[in-house]
Amino acid sequence: MLKTIAAAMLISAAFVVTVHAQDGGKVTIVTSFSKDVTDPFKAGFEAANPGFTLDVQNKSTSSGVKYIDETKVNNQVDLFWASAPDAFDSLKSRELLAKFTPSVTGLPEKVGSYPVNDKDGYYFGFAASGYGIMSNDRYLEANDLPKPVEWSDLTKPEYHDHIAIAAPSRSGTTHLTIETILQGEGWDKGWATLKGIGGNLQQVTERSFGVPDAVNSGQTGIGIVIDFFAFSAQASGFPVSFAYPSVTTVVPANIGIVANAPNQAGAEAFVNYLLSEKGQAVLLEPAIRRLPINPALYEKAPEGFPNPFKDPRFQSMITFDADVSKKRTDVVDTLYDQLISFQLDNIKGATKAIHEAEKAVAANEQAPARALLTEAHALIAAMPITDEEAASQQIRDAFTGGEEKTARQAELEQKWAAFASEKYAAAKAKAEEALALVD
Amino acid sequence: MALVQSIPIRRVSAKPGQIFAISLIALFLAIFLIIPAGTVIYTAFTEKGTGALTIVNFVDFFNTDLFRRSFFNSVYVSGMSVVWASAIALPLAVLTTRFDFRGSLIIQTLGFIPLIMPPFVGAVAMQLLFGRNGTVNLILNDWFGIRIPFMEGLNGVIFVQSLHYFPFILINLSTSLRNIDRSMEEAAQNLGSSGVRLFRRIVFPLAMPGYLAGASLVFVKVFDDLATPLLLNVKDMLAPQAYLRVTSVGLTDPMGYVISVILIAVSIFAMWLSAVAMRGKDYSTTQRGGGGLSRRKLSRGESVIAYGVVGLILLLVLSPHIGLLLLSLATVWSYSPMPDGFTMAHYGRVFGESSLYIKNTLIYASLAGLIDVVIGGAIAYLVLRTKVVGRRWLDWAATSALAIPGVVLGIGYLRTFYGVTLPDGTPLATLWVMVVLALAIRRLPYALRACYAALQQVSESLEEAAENLGATKQRTIRRIVLPLMTGGLLAGFVTSFSTAAVELSATLMLIQSNSDAPIAYGLYVFMQSPAGRGPGAALGVIAVIMVALCTLLSHYVIERRQKALGMTK
Repeated sequence: MLKTIAAAMLISAAFVVTVHAQDGGKVTIVTSFSKDVTDPFKAGFEAANPGFTLDVQNKSTSSGVKYIDETKVNNQVDLFWASAPDAFDSLKSRELLAKFTPSVTGLPEKVGSYPVNDKDGYYFGFAASGYGIMSNDRYLEANDLPKPVEWSDLTKPEYHDHIAIAAPSRSGTTHLTIETILQGEGWDKGWATLKGIGGNLQQVTERSFGVPDAVNSGQTGIGIVIDFFAFSAQASGFPVSFAYPSVTTVVPANIGIVANAPNQAGAEAFVNYLLSEKGQAVLLEPAIRRLPINPALYEKAPEGFPNPFKDPRFQSMITFDADVSKKRTDVVDTLYDQLISFQLDNIKGATKAIHEAEKAVAANEQAPARALLTEAHALIAAMPITDEEAASQQIRDAFTGGEEKTARQAELEQKWAAFASEKYAAAKAKAEEALALVD
Repeated sequence: MALVQSIPIRRVSAKPGQIFAISLIALFLAIFLIIPAGTVIYTAFTEKGTGALTIVNFVDFFNTDLFRRSFFNSVYVSGMSVVWASAIALPLAVLTTRFDFRGSLIIQTLGFIPLIMPPFVGAVAMQLLFGRNGTVNLILNDWFGIRIPFMEGLNGVIFVQSLHYFPFILINLSTSLRNIDRSMEEAAQNLGSSGVRLFRRIVFPLAMPGYLAGASLVFVKVFDDLATPLLLNVKDMLAPQAYLRVTSVGLTDPMGYVISVILIAVSIFAMWLSAVAMRGKDYSTTQRGGGGLSRRKLSRGESVIAYGVVGLILLLVLSPHIGLLLLSLATVWSYSPMPDGFTMAHYGRVFGESSLYIKNTLIYASLAGLIDVVIGGAIAYLVLRTKVVGRRWLDWAATSALAIPGVVLGIGYLRTFYGVTLPDGTPLATLWVMVVLALAIRRLPYALRACYAALQQVSESLEEAAENLGATKQRTIRRIVLPLMTGGLLAGFVTSFSTAAVELSATLMLIQSNSDAPIAYGLYVFMQSPAGRGPGAALGVIAVIMVALCTLLSHYVIERRQKALGMTK
């Protein structure tokens, strides 16, 4: 036994002689993008800039931000590369990014109605992403469901228990989707839509990629995702479709140079490569399929590939107000968690009861039953706070621990959760009452 | 609970060697577990914004419906998982150790594989087989128009957890059963006992240390596990709640750390409970010559039933890995019972890189396993054989590692060691050795339980006899205790090694470059895109095969050793 251990140690020790093969040109990049995305860029960058090697560290967006924050005293990272603009904003506000002016010129200032680059030059958009609805064709066919195209479609009874979404508190991109709906439809109407969808959800995943994964494998039929998840799945042969609803927005995916980067020259070279025509062309590869920020590239794009700079759909998309979004980020995420994610069984139960009652009432129309259903819908849609309150300093300070707070975050959460479960139970009771009236 | 331990403050003469050992281990745990975790968990006791010390966060915890519900759900799921895991492990352990059963070695190895569930891909494979639209349900729906919600809600969590963690019971129980002296059984048989009664009154009680070690591990592990509930999208349990709050972008929410503190408290309480259950009972036997229970031959009818039961259980527990294999060979697999087509291309894609990942994984996991066995064995010895003050605290501190979420430990390591730089300016935290230490700390409780159970079965009178004959303490440990504990030590090593090989959460924070990455990290970077699913699964299969081979090897060593000890057929 001891001999075995000794032998194992010797073998291990022999392996240990794996010192880092470093040369002067190592560019370290922290990214949330998968290997399918990073590998072609690494190959392209190293070919275009001989002498540099790209070292990719893959972390989820949130742990990437945490990592850069925790290691700032002795920073070893040159670049941060991810989708969600709010992660970059968070880094910028903590002074963890460095200013830079890329040498590539002639790129558009806006995609849709969203500015491509940070106005102070701390991070740069390299690809555009829109949000929409992804669906599994086989699943829809087997369940005899039409393809949903609008957010409001997803609130219909036939989609009950067929939809997946990532929790906005976990996924920066989903957060932007939610915020887009809230800005496009207004606070009250927007939440009514979100809760209508919420009542039809099959699952709320904790990773962005959990949603396309569930749709690809057919565990769920419909997912609310960022466009390239669907395009790259299509390119990989999965039977999936994608639709941009009319209330949506395109926002850029970004790259930024980390403050005090150990290899500033290498970091700048990579940003310039990424924005150059060569780098942008990589985005069109089948496993990536993101919308390039350089309009010239769309001539080489495959048939049917959306062009956010020409396609009228994108021009009519709503203006996304980043300031409004930023002010209430924590509140919106927490509201979504407390009213939908953590109340999923309650909201689904109430929604199902309403759907059943509506069907019965439609067959046997009676005014009192219809009135009860209207009340039930109102109860589901009821919000514990208004949009002014959501952006108020008192509530924001409850989340940041600021001075003007009137309650702790935990107290607010409990209050909102109790509010929701009470309203959902009441809505369910009204629906059952309505059903009893017409039955 | 600390009071109970420390009340009898007798003047015990602790040997200098023991004091040295206990201080060394305490130092190790302090530097690599308590301080890093403490720097993060400290937030639980501070007021948000001001940073003033407070316990108001704990009041909030108990005033929140969600957390109370999560707490009870976690206790329920853990308890039920122990019940089901026992139901799976017991027949396998008994059949393979008590009966002359062909292929025991294979069963012991295969029964162990569920522990090696690579992150993400294991989950995807399970969904593809048992999910709402997985193979089983699509077929059931086609034939009978029904679906069984294997993977939904708390019952889904219990289902997956029992399949995943029953090996803890299997390994520890089998080791205990092997260590029982045959003369006990023979004495009972001479007195007229046999069959079920013999098992219930003699064999099982003697194997109790192993069973309890395994069962308490399953309970605590399920209680602290966040991956399975999250993959099933069950959020109202404690560990997922802690994780969701700790890892969100933006400002730190103290509640995540409050939950971590509560997880640690419950884990230690459960371990303490299992220690209390064992207190005052002596499970040791002096003789070891027999080398395990006498093996009975099965009659033809019994054989058929036994093989049937074993086959069914193995099919069930190995189904995630069967799914994984299919996924690694599949072209497109979507809403259909079987993939659309098969290809070897995914293996081709990962072939070039996998050798680096495999090498790193083997180094990290075997070093971590070794550290665990050495420290776990030392702690077990100190607790069971000496009266040094504070020895129980070592046990509890080490056990608390189970309850600390990997990402908390990862962040703690960055905070504690990133500021410390080596002479050439690189931070200490970026060395791959830190990954090894984090893995060792995370897997220490497994090895510790195994060592503990093994030592409980060694009679102290053997050591006393050796000392009476003039052997020194060190010599006694080397010549008597260690050889008799071999099975348990190896079981501990194998558990630590194989689970460390697929660990991701702490690793993800600490890996600094691709050339240092273990296989779990390689998996992670593949599993973020649709095209990466196949290659990710292929890497997963490679990981499972690699760890399984190592396990098979160690089982082979145990078997051979027992044969060498004079076991006669």
